[in-house]
Amino acid sequence: MNRILSTIVISLCLALSACEDTKNYNTAVYLLLDTSGTYTKELRKAQLIIKFMLSTLKAGDSFAVARIDSGSFSEKDIIAKATFDARPSTSNRQKRDFAAAVDKFIRGVKSSRYTDISGGLLQGREYLNETKAGSKYILIYSDLKEELPAGYKRDFDIPLDGYTVLALNVTKLRSDNIDPVEYLQRVESWEQKVTEGGGKWYIVNDIEKDGALDLANY
Amino acid sequence: MDGAAIGSWIMSQPLLIQILMPVGAVVLLYLGRATVHSLFDAIFLGLYRSLRIASASVAIGEKQLQVRNRAVLLEQGRDQAEREIEREFRRVHHIVDQDLSGYPKLQRTIMEQISSIEEDYKLSESVPPPGPDWIQAIEAVAKLTKKTNGETIGGRVLEEIHKASQKHHAEILEAYREQVRERHHRLDNIKTYWRKLTNTVDEVGTVIQSLLDRTRDIDKRMVTYEEIVAGSDKAERSLRSSSITQFLISFIVVSIAVGGAFINFHLIALPMSETVSGAGRIAGMAVSDFAGMFVILLEATFGLMLMESLRITRLFPAIAALDSKTLSRMVWIFFIFLLAFAFVEAALAFMRDQIAADNASLRQSLSGVAAADEENTINSWIPMAGQMIMGFILPFALAFVAIPFESLLQSGRTVIGHLLGILLRALSTLLRMLAVISRQLGRVLKNIYDLLVTPLLWPERLIANFRGTKSGTYKYAQAD
Repeated sequence: MNRILSTIVISLCLALSACEDTKNYNTAVYLLLDTSGTYTKELRKAQLIIKFMLSTLKAGDSFAVARIDSGSFSEKDIIAKATFDARPSTSNRQKRDFAAAVDKFIRGVKSSRYTDISGGLLQGREYLNETKAGSKYILIYSDLKEELPAGYKRDFDIPLDGYTVLALNVTKLRSDNIDPVEYLQRVESWEQKVTEGGGKWYIVNDIEKDGALDLANY
Repeated sequence: MDGAAIGSWIMSQPLLIQILMPVGAVVLLYLGRATVHSLFDAIFLGLYRSLRIASASVAIGEKQLQVRNRAVLLEQGRDQAEREIEREFRRVHHIVDQDLSGYPKLQRTIMEQISSIEEDYKLSESVPPPGPDWIQAIEAVAKLTKKTNGETIGGRVLEEIHKASQKHHAEILEAYREQVRERHHRLDNIKTYWRKLTNTVDEVGTVIQSLLDRTRDIDKRMVTYEEIVAGSDKAERSLRSSSITQFLISFIVVSIAVGGAFINFHLIALPMSETVSGAGRIAGMAVSDFAGMFVILLEATFGLMLMESLRITRLFPAIAALDSKTLSRMVWIFFIFLLAFAFVEAALAFMRDQIAADNASLRQSLSGVAAADEENTINSWIPMAGQMIMGFILPFALAFVAIPFESLLQSGRTVIGHLLGILLRALSTLLRMLAVISRQLGRVLKNIYDLLVTPLLWPERLIANFRGTKSGTYKYAQAD
């Protein structure tokens, strides 16, 4: 009888441990802020996006905000990053610190001469890879006009399989107004780059629309 | 012309091919008719027989289930009736033990009261008034006094005697009145004793009456019990309807309790994430949510154990078999556990309020909205106190779920067994219907086949009928 009971108990324990869900339900978001030229004026609007993300991301999720400048493939460009703790009190404190760090950066930001979006994308991919999150998002807050310094090589494919890339607030430049084809080609080339890398591509220009920033929709 | 030449000539004649092909097909179908019919029979009659066997098996299973259901129902009914009768006998024993055990004392009290009444009554007997001779003597003296008019010595003496007599008479009368007063007073005292006696007798009457009611109740229950033991249909019907009613009521109450548990879960889920930090998941559920649910289930379990120890429920025979001392200890242990969990939940409810306030403050700071004016907001201590009280009470409320849960389990067996019986009966009917359909389908297909070979079948039947008419028998059966 004891053997039978112990067999049953051990089987139950094994079954329970087997029930542990190995799937990762966490979300990781990497937001790239374009700090080149006149786009720095748009950064106030980016604060709304960051605060929205902070209010919606849950325990276990990861969030990082990095700047796009002349050479963005660097950890030094990360303004703030956090993986939110499971404890609500700790998580709230992390979010407050995060918001404060971003505010400080935006107040003192200086515009960069060049725009290395590909480098930022690659850096974001590296960061999100390490988080091992189940859902990975790269948000690009930029006009998508890439200008690389001399000697910088960015003409390679970026593997983005399993990643979702959202281009936010893709403002039109003066030259786009003169020749709209430039804008369309620019957007199309980024879409091609992302989709060829295996990622999903979306453009969200109206960030104030309901559900525009809800990552579950993408 | 050789065969190849004939063949190639035929192939060059499309009209001829169009005529020869269907004719050939009909001939081939006619030649294979018996085989195809056998094939259809093998398939569809086989299916028919299999389905009928399946239907019969299911019907047998259904009958066995009904027999088992009936046995279980009667057993449960008997058990319940025995418990009720036992409870009634216990009550009778309690009445006899407590109320009627003092009967000798009661009898002594009644006898004392009666003795007191008798004594008082004897003492209240009247004292006869002075005899009539003395009165006549006084009257005679009074008359003589009036005749002499008080002038002679004899007359004055007689007058004095008269006065003395009157005085003495007044004294006697006063003494008589005093005695009558005394008698009335004693009779008045008897009233008190009568009242006490009446109350005592009434009490006994009430106790006896309640005993009589109980015995009548026991009689009714014994009749029901005998019917159950005899296994009568009436008893079975009555038990089944009572079981279904019990099941519905228990189901409703347990559903309400589940709702309470759901509310309890939401009360402690958020603070549990602060206490049981961990980003892992079990079966898709966060560990903190799992821990919260586990706490609630544990409270329900302790409540169940408490009810078992108090012998209110009887789900575990092993616990019911324990002696009173052990059960008493178990009652205290489980009560203390429940109390501890109640305090834990109250503390979690308090923490929940703190966390909710922190979350609200974070949302306000992120949205850039200034904190609300405290004077215009609802006092935060009211919802906090409410949550803490609810957190304290809910574990105890959950403990009582054991009672309807036991009822649900017991009546559920009957109801589910009954529903399963209905299901099996429906399945058996369905299988029989499918059997009939498959047989008919076989016949239909055979007829369709025969329709295709009618050009050759019809003359065959004509010939058969002709031969049959000649010999008086039919060689080929009609299409069935």
